[in-house]
Amino acid sequence: MNVLVSPEDKTGTQRKEREVLLDLENVSLSFGGVKAITNISFDIQRGEIRAIIGPNGAGKTSMLNVINGFYQPQQGRITFNGKTRRAMKPHLAVSQGIARTFQNVALFKGMSTLDNIMAGRATRMHRNMFWQILYYGPARAEEIEHRKKVEEIIDFLEIQHIRRTPVGKLPYGLQKRVELARALAMEPELLLLDEPMAGMNLEEKEDMSRFILDVNDQLGTTIALIEHDMGVVMDLSDRVVVLDYGRKIADGAPEEVQNNQEVIDAYLGVSH
Amino acid sequence: MAEPPVTGGDTFPKILFHNARVYGQRPAVREKEFGIWQTWTWADVLEEVRALSLGLKQLGCVAGDKVAVIGANRPQLYWSMVAVQALGGVPVPLYADSIADEMAYVLNHAEARFAVVEDQEQVDKVLEISGELNQLQHILYDDPKGLRDYDKKRLSSIAHVQEIGRQILASDPTVAQAWKQDAEQVEGGDVAVMLYTSGTTGRPKGVMLTYDNLVISARNANDFDHLNETEDVLAYLPMAWVGDHVFSLAQAYCAGYCVNCPESLETVLTDRKEIAPTYFFAPPRVFEGLLTHVMVRMEDASKTKKKMFDYFLRVADRVGERILNGEKVSLKDRLLYAIGEFCVFGPLKNQMGFSRIKVAYTAGEAIGPEIFRFYRSMGINLKQLYGQTESAVYITSQPDGEIYPDTVGRPFKDVEIKIAENGEVLYRSPGSFKAYFKNEEATTSTKDAEGWVKTGDAGIFLENGHLKIIDRAKDVGKLTDGAMFAPKYLENKLKFFPNIKEAVAFGHEKDFVAVFINIDLIAVGNWAERNNISYASYQELAANPRVYEMIQSHVEQVNRDLAQEPMMSGSQISRFLVLHKELDPDDGELTRTQKVRRSFIAERYAPLIEALYDGSTHKHVVTQVSFEDGRIGSIEADVEIRDVQTFPATHAGAYQEAAE
Repeated sequence: MNVLVSPEDKTGTQRKEREVLLDLENVSLSFGGVKAITNISFDIQRGEIRAIIGPNGAGKTSMLNVINGFYQPQQGRITFNGKTRRAMKPHLAVSQGIARTFQNVALFKGMSTLDNIMAGRATRMHRNMFWQILYYGPARAEEIEHRKKVEEIIDFLEIQHIRRTPVGKLPYGLQKRVELARALAMEPELLLLDEPMAGMNLEEKEDMSRFILDVNDQLGTTIALIEHDMGVVMDLSDRVVVLDYGRKIADGAPEEVQNNQEVIDAYLGVSH
Repeated sequence: MAEPPVTGGDTFPKILFHNARVYGQRPAVREKEFGIWQTWTWADVLEEVRALSLGLKQLGCVAGDKVAVIGANRPQLYWSMVAVQALGGVPVPLYADSIADEMAYVLNHAEARFAVVEDQEQVDKVLEISGELNQLQHILYDDPKGLRDYDKKRLSSIAHVQEIGRQILASDPTVAQAWKQDAEQVEGGDVAVMLYTSGTTGRPKGVMLTYDNLVISARNANDFDHLNETEDVLAYLPMAWVGDHVFSLAQAYCAGYCVNCPESLETVLTDRKEIAPTYFFAPPRVFEGLLTHVMVRMEDASKTKKKMFDYFLRVADRVGERILNGEKVSLKDRLLYAIGEFCVFGPLKNQMGFSRIKVAYTAGEAIGPEIFRFYRSMGINLKQLYGQTESAVYITSQPDGEIYPDTVGRPFKDVEIKIAENGEVLYRSPGSFKAYFKNEEATTSTKDAEGWVKTGDAGIFLENGHLKIIDRAKDVGKLTDGAMFAPKYLENKLKFFPNIKEAVAFGHEKDFVAVFINIDLIAVGNWAERNNISYASYQELAANPRVYEMIQSHVEQVNRDLAQEPMMSGSQISRFLVLHKELDPDDGELTRTQKVRRSFIAERYAPLIEALYDGSTHKHVVTQVSFEDGRIGSIEADVEIRDVQTFPATHAGAYQEAAE
């Protein structure tokens, strides 16, 4: 039995009364004269799947980088879990429970799947290097605890068969799954996925979609994802925010966004 | 040596009570989960089965109920079978990969009231067809992943049902005893399980096996190979298949040994290495695949290692099997073999997960003699057996020390075998099934009043007392001179040559045997490259005279082999041709599972068959082909036909003379 899974009779009723997990207010980010993000506000509610879409160069990845503190916006405020800051810092983001995956897989290619995922637990290990090298007493007990957690994730994402395989030898679709596993190893409250389906075939996309839904549903993780496959976005997400040239042009349920004229123009182009 | 057979009752619930008492602290089941092998002892298993059984009873499962079991090999699914049996019900394991339509048919035909399934995938499949299922009331699942938001009215997890059972046990101390007494009411003659045969023709049939069928066969098998409670097996073949049911449940219960469930189907290789089973079964293709894997890996090994590997492989080829059979071997060879064991065979067996193997079996189809010999020369006691669902597996099996790659062994203990007029193998045994469920007609046509069951296979007894299966009975014919003609037997012999991909033999009601041959483009193409033969297409290579010479030598080798076989020497191949195109499922010549469609080919290539028998040496033919994009074209060719040397029947003649 999967210990990650909460008791079976838990219903989905708590969905309706949601609180805001992350709130961005009037965030602007520029690099020299280039405005990557202009005065954007939106929020992510606890427990939802929030999609960020937009044409190339719209500022989607910059947005994620602002959320996890990699970029420092010049203006605006970020409220995460009730704490308001000018800007997020990467170490804060991690310790507060924000994890992410990258557009182009960023794993340690020479290490096994297992070690890569264990690396995701690094921030949660408390013993210092001396104890870890000694691998004795509390350090060992701690590592065993972490390994248990990692094994649950391996079971959850069904990657038992590649546990000992160096990541570099894996096909792309599986590497993406390992990256997701590493992000999950941090037990995040908010999971940022940057194009989780990029370069996948249909079957791999279906698998990944199922895993994203399972993560959201069973682990209760809030998810923000950037994705270009509109079918995936429309099926998975609860709410969608649309960016174009660093501005927010729409925000709402998938079907609302889909019918928004400005969004259609942004994607298809419009004659001036 | 051989432990006395474990007693303890004539049904699996009774044997479980016995095992929990006698082997209480020994491992009964292991499952790899979260990267660690989790173990349940026999006492644990009794507790799990009892909780599940009482929970099922609470859900309304009563004696006579059929309960479908669908999924990969999970301990919980094995427990559910015994839990149902303890209530007097009948488990019906189904193939987890069967399509919805087939599943609906079996569930309805079996009148299943409950379904115990593995995970969301199977739940979805059953729910999808639930509209057509009139009897099905409740679904139990093992893995709750993804099922949180499902309507739980007709759906419970196995753990939840067990919890109900445990609460009942806790609330009333008399329940456990009452449950045990009820379970002991079930007797050996009752139906233990229903296994649906995948049947190549028509709808699947439900084979009803009684406890006696399974328990007696299993005890005989354990005796035969001296299996006891210390064995380890890996449960990785489909649960709906009779083999898994016998190896992983019946024999495991009767001997008290431990069944290991792999983490997932993809991890079987690693899991087998970790467990190192002592008793192992696999169809020939698994052994073939493993050998290929090893050989390919060795190609990449360093020069020294490769040399060492090749050298000791030759040593093993020379003496390995004789050592295994306990024959006399010189001290020098024994020493060399021991060094080989240390340097090569040992590590190799460890990699393959065979380092502790006591006995391994293969069955189902013919295994290539080289492959068979390879494993035996490594010191792995690989043997063949012959059986089917209707016989609770065991019909014949090879005793230790009497191993011939081309036979399936001697009749099994308590099994009587006779060969019918038409060559079909009939048997009568304690394992013979009771009847097909709700199919009187099929039962009477398969099993006669005296209990003889038709196997559908044609076979012969060799003078050493071993049975040899040669073909499906319906395919076996006769030449005009009365000699037996078994096409598949000849074709298999030809196909053991790597250069021959496919062969189709003709001869029924003809004067002699003639064959069509398809060369293997990869193997022959490789050979052509090495011999500076240039070719542009399959057709061109197939017509090359040097290829013909090579194939001719293969055919003559087959004839030479046939000449030594008493029953087969009359059906040597007289003429052959190499087909100008590859047989292809797209053209309807092969089935999708790559089996030859004999009658279709005979019709399509009628002019070529005619040429085979009218003595001509060349024939011009035009054949329609369909391309993958659906277009239809035609191939024109001048096909050469060659005569082949046949050999006088050496062995048979000598044997008959001696007999006279």
